[in-house]
Amino acid sequence: MIFENKKKAALILADGTVFEGRSFGAEGKTVGEIVFTTAMTGYQETLTDPSYCGQIITQTFPLIGNYGVNKTDPESNGCAAAGYIVREYCEEPSNFRCEGGLDEYLKTLGIIGIYDIDTRRLTKIIRESGVMNGAIVSGEFLNCDKNSLLEEIRAYSVGIVVPKVSVKEKEFYPAENARFNVVLMDYGYKFNIRRELVKRGCNVTVMPCGSTPEEIKAQHPDGIMLSNGPGDPADNAEAIATLRALIPEQIPTFGICLGHQLLALANGAKTEKLKYGHRGGNQPVKDIARDKTYITSQNHGYAVISGSVPESVGEVSHINGNDGTCEGVRYKNAPAFTVQFHPEACGGPHDTSYLFDEFIKMMGGDR
Amino acid sequence: MPLRSDIKKVLVIGSGPIVIGQAAEFDYAGTQACRALKQEGLEVVLINSNPATIMTDKHMADKIYIEPLTLDVVKRVIEIEKPDSVVSNLGGQTALTLSMQLAESGFLAEHNVKLLGSNPETIHKAEDRQAFKDTMEEIGQPVIPSKVVENIDDAMAFAEEIGYPVIVRPAFTLGGTGGGIAETREELHEIATNGLRLSPITQILVEKCISGWKEIEFEVMRDSKGSVITVCSMENFDPVGVHTGDSIVVAPCVTLADKEYQMLRTAALDIIQALKVEGGCNCQFALKPDSFEYAVIEVNPRVSRSSALASKATGYPIAKVAARIAVGYTLDEIVNQVTGKTYACFEPALDYLVVKFPKWPFDKFVYAKKTLGTQMKATGEIMAIAPSFEAGMMKAVRSIELGMDTMTKREFTKLSDEEILAKLSDVDVDRSFCVFEALKRGIPIDTIHDITKIDKWFISKLNNLVGLEKWLSEGELTEEKYLTAKKYCYLDSTIERISGQKISDKNFERRLAVYKMVDTCAAEFAAETPYFYNCFDRENEAAEFIESHPSDKKKVIVFGSGPIRIGQGIEFDYCSVHCVWTLKEEGCEAVICNNNPETVSTDFDTGTRLYFDPLTKEDVEALIATEKPYGCVVQFGGQTAIKLTKHLTEMGVRILGTQAADIDAAEDRELFDELLERCGIPRPQGETVFTTEEALKAANELGYPVLLRPSYVLGGQNMIIAHSDADVSEYMKIITATELENPVLIDKYMMGTEVEVDAICDGEDFVIPGIMEHVERAGIHSGDSISIYPCQNLTSHIKKVIIDYTEKLAKALHVIGLVNIQYVVYNHEVFVIEVNPRSSRTVPYISKVTGVPMVDLATKIILGKKLKDMGYKSGLYQESPYVAVKVPVFSFEKLHDVDNQLGPEMKSTGECLGIAKTFGEALYKGLTAAGYKFHHNRAAENGEGKGVLISVRDSDKNEIIEIASRFEALGFKIYATGGTASVLNRNMIAANHVYRIHEAKEPNVITLLESGEISYVVSTSETGRKPSLDSVRMRRKAVERSIVCLTAIDTANALLDCLEMKTTIDDVELVDITKI
Repeated sequence: MIFENKKKAALILADGTVFEGRSFGAEGKTVGEIVFTTAMTGYQETLTDPSYCGQIITQTFPLIGNYGVNKTDPESNGCAAAGYIVREYCEEPSNFRCEGGLDEYLKTLGIIGIYDIDTRRLTKIIRESGVMNGAIVSGEFLNCDKNSLLEEIRAYSVGIVVPKVSVKEKEFYPAENARFNVVLMDYGYKFNIRRELVKRGCNVTVMPCGSTPEEIKAQHPDGIMLSNGPGDPADNAEAIATLRALIPEQIPTFGICLGHQLLALANGAKTEKLKYGHRGGNQPVKDIARDKTYITSQNHGYAVISGSVPESVGEVSHINGNDGTCEGVRYKNAPAFTVQFHPEACGGPHDTSYLFDEFIKMMGGDR
Repeated sequence: MPLRSDIKKVLVIGSGPIVIGQAAEFDYAGTQACRALKQEGLEVVLINSNPATIMTDKHMADKIYIEPLTLDVVKRVIEIEKPDSVVSNLGGQTALTLSMQLAESGFLAEHNVKLLGSNPETIHKAEDRQAFKDTMEEIGQPVIPSKVVENIDDAMAFAEEIGYPVIVRPAFTLGGTGGGIAETREELHEIATNGLRLSPITQILVEKCISGWKEIEFEVMRDSKGSVITVCSMENFDPVGVHTGDSIVVAPCVTLADKEYQMLRTAALDIIQALKVEGGCNCQFALKPDSFEYAVIEVNPRVSRSSALASKATGYPIAKVAARIAVGYTLDEIVNQVTGKTYACFEPALDYLVVKFPKWPFDKFVYAKKTLGTQMKATGEIMAIAPSFEAGMMKAVRSIELGMDTMTKREFTKLSDEEILAKLSDVDVDRSFCVFEALKRGIPIDTIHDITKIDKWFISKLNNLVGLEKWLSEGELTEEKYLTAKKYCYLDSTIERISGQKISDKNFERRLAVYKMVDTCAAEFAAETPYFYNCFDRENEAAEFIESHPSDKKKVIVFGSGPIRIGQGIEFDYCSVHCVWTLKEEGCEAVICNNNPETVSTDFDTGTRLYFDPLTKEDVEALIATEKPYGCVVQFGGQTAIKLTKHLTEMGVRILGTQAADIDAAEDRELFDELLERCGIPRPQGETVFTTEEALKAANELGYPVLLRPSYVLGGQNMIIAHSDADVSEYMKIITATELENPVLIDKYMMGTEVEVDAICDGEDFVIPGIMEHVERAGIHSGDSISIYPCQNLTSHIKKVIIDYTEKLAKALHVIGLVNIQYVVYNHEVFVIEVNPRSSRTVPYISKVTGVPMVDLATKIILGKKLKDMGYKSGLYQESPYVAVKVPVFSFEKLHDVDNQLGPEMKSTGECLGIAKTFGEALYKGLTAAGYKFHHNRAAENGEGKGVLISVRDSDKNEIIEIASRFEALGFKIYATGGTASVLNRNMIAANHVYRIHEAKEPNVITLLESGEISYVVSTSETGRKPSLDSVRMRRKAVERSIVCLTAIDTANALLDCLEMKTTIDDVELVDITKI
């Protein structure tokens, strides 16, 4: 480990707080919405989760990069996040699958990172005042004008980002001994959603977020999988309209995270922004029908307002064990169910992977 | 589901005496559980033979039996108390095994008693090797190729099939007792023989050795609905092959990517589901470092040492939650006490790293093998919480009290590079230090990894410390260097020593540590846990917490006693916790600082605030700066806390209770001699020396035998009786190997009756709750003696003298609070041996038997109250109608090569208590609880051999005659070695002559011991310790064969008293101590 002449970096929050740290990954300036995740493993999955688009990720676990990075763990091609904040990154990772270190990885991805930050203090600030914009500066940007930077930070908004992270052309992934054809609506999907489906005998057609109902129907899907994704769900008017148009088709549908929110909006429910969201691998979720609580992986800043789901349309099927927020909806007007958390895990617990089995069953998997 | 309506009265089984593998963690778990059950309005009946525990305190349960934890006794308690349920999973292996026996014998069903926590099927599946293997195979969990065998031939045959090395694991033994790794046929033969014998069901598992794989543990919980969570993951520094209790452990896992982590996490949850555990469960895995291949090593369906560590590491109270689950609650109904808002059904997220470091007894047992294997050897452990592994190790190394403040072990610095390289292959207690030294010598990380198989992550982190120390040692000590070192939690004094520069000479400010909170959720939710650890950042969460919780109460800091070790055990935690409780009752804020994860004191809701940190001068200084206390209490935390007195006084902190100068007067030889002279109290003559020459001169002037010990001792650490110049020279060589800060004391050794008192003093009045008499004569450490209350053989004159001396000493030392004094009565005269102006090992048991709440009174006194205002008169408190006999318990079967002959150096790890109306019955109970077997009945019935092997030193030969004749009268066949045999035969006792080991002739003592003919061994020798000695080897053989071995004439007489009573445990009255 080198102790001397470490490159400086700074983290500036919208409220003017400045954290001094050290630079790693790419150098430069980045502005984004600062969020924190409490997951203790799976940093590579986190970095490659497209739902973080436009956000600067803070890891509350202090030691990141311990097992390095590899080519098999990413959940998307590239990294959509705006920046990366850690307390300490590991310079000499150790794992049999390790193909490189975190520093190099971030450099390759062009992600600006900062370390040597008291991430607990930062987390407490976000917890108390809610999600906050901020910027990481390093290299030549260390001397930039603070006032104009603050203006830029305060003016920042994640905006409409789904199209940025969605595929541009449809992609096809065949399964061995395929039993079903599933359309995976890509709002910024994590690879493991696709893998879980393919593993269960589904040919998966990944379709761009802007696909029309006709284009989707043209695939003659046995089921539609609505993926996770970044940003404010209400910003996706077109996607919501598409889902609304598909309801009468009665195609088995399973939604995750943003997909869950979009289907709820399509059915007349409302969403709200949470103070600082749920991000991590330890969120308890109660499956009301099973009367059992499961530990889930989560990454969301918005939630469906529980009372807003019209009774005639659907009912809340899952609730968060900590704050009681809506974690899932089962629909009455269509063979559909959606969850706010990530049953596909990666990173995080696999305890709710049974939901993929339920989706298979819904498509007639018992046949 | 809420509380089950069919549960009203619950029996909780404790874990018994502290032995290696089963320590204070079960008092922590039991105490949490009892409190939780009482809070649910249930009637709690408790049985535990260990009197030093908090769980056996009167207000912890409704009925408390301090009785032997044998099946018969537990059955009788059930018959007397008629509980409707028994909790099986909170009292360690002892309680689990008893529960299973109760269930399997049909006793529970017969008496309509439900088994809560783990049902018999669960216990069977987890504990029985074959059933476990079958269960794992059913749910697709891989296990290591292994076979359960019940005889040597099968063991040897299976080993041939799977190839060496193989591991032997005996079924149903504590901490893997009797197990080991065999590299060759010969080794397997020895280990397997031993393992088969130690297993209560004569069953061992022979398995493929997978040493070198990573060892990973998960603590998981499950409720009756089948909701499952993992509380904590842990990774061992040492790869598979070293018992997890003997490994440095970090939490959470660090070298596992999410894929491997989730694979093992899912496996752990699948296992607990398959076993249908209701409560906590510990799953241990071996993970091949270069693939996803893994194997389940062990599953414990109960709270454990690891669950205590996981609780402290995360803030998640496993035992408390397990107790609630046992009586019907589900995880989503139990509130997370830490946040007050969320529920127990979640997984803690850590934003720090925890390092656990074991405390081994090898600073005491200098001749014992320090190698580590599958059998646990550590007596205790410490935990460090830090932002990084490096900082955690720095905090850990100064918490284990080995006189170290970095990873540099002095004796390694003298070795050559080649020697260090060679030493790396030794899997022993010093391995982490050896790795550090190797890194300092520039031995490459890869080389070290190849030899040790320790993950490179750990090695490279240690290498960062090497780099930092090198950087510190070169050139100017800049602020950047200073701050970097502080980030890694180096002490200022260490930085100054390494850099050779004074911080006060620099133009930067020194920095004190600040505090962060342990909150179970990585700051995701606002928490109210007053649980902190120190580190070097800007923000001080403890200071903010104190500010936001303003209070006009007096703030008092209580310093704990650190890791459990021989000589400083759970008793001191008992005292610290009671002090805290009383302080709170008295309207104070009671702040605890301690570093032992196994204890009640480090439960975050014991004190007003908890600081989990090392107990060193600088760590304490930071605490004082943050807390700004009214005063500090040091007298309840053993020598660990007492050692802080000087520093606290220098910092200008008020010491509540006996002052630093007076503590010094009791410990400093010259000051103490002056004081005794002033009081007119005699003590055995003695001298203070520093060198071997001085020691030899003094010894010869005093005349042999003499007692040698370092001043400021604990548990008779490094204390011996020397009979010759050779003994003195050998001793001084060992003691001077480490730097001598304090002198060595040499005293004339007097072989009289040892008497001990604990007294409470307020400066004016004093109360002696009871005078204790030791069964064994002076010369055997008080902690290893059988101790009787009230004393049975002292004249009223002697008692008066003792009371008088106690008063004089207490007053002369200005004792405010507790004082412990040891006397020897020799030729009808009383001499003082030792005065400790602090709490002692005997305080818990004397408090329980006499009903005098000693710590509570002492705490009130140090706050200014007077004994007379609390209704106590000066002098000896009225004697209890009950006799209590405290019997020490040893862990010799776990410590190879330790001579089990008792002497002035303490060797016991725990104790049991027998309480009864008569001395005889109390002694019988105490011995039974401590595991002594009484062969008078069984042997006769089964027609087993009923022999006694006697081999004693010349000075004992007179007294052995009567002992032998008493054994003979009871029908025992007497065997004896040469000298002893001829003495006995000359005195008309028929003794069969057996040859010593070195005589190599039959009948030989070893053959005899292996024959199963021998029930008891009486063995004493002039000099012991060296494992190569004939007498030591004979005694070790007895230990290995689980034959009761008596190494003092007085202990033998006590045992004979019991044998002659011909009582059985069914004849003695069981005592509910809440009614005393």
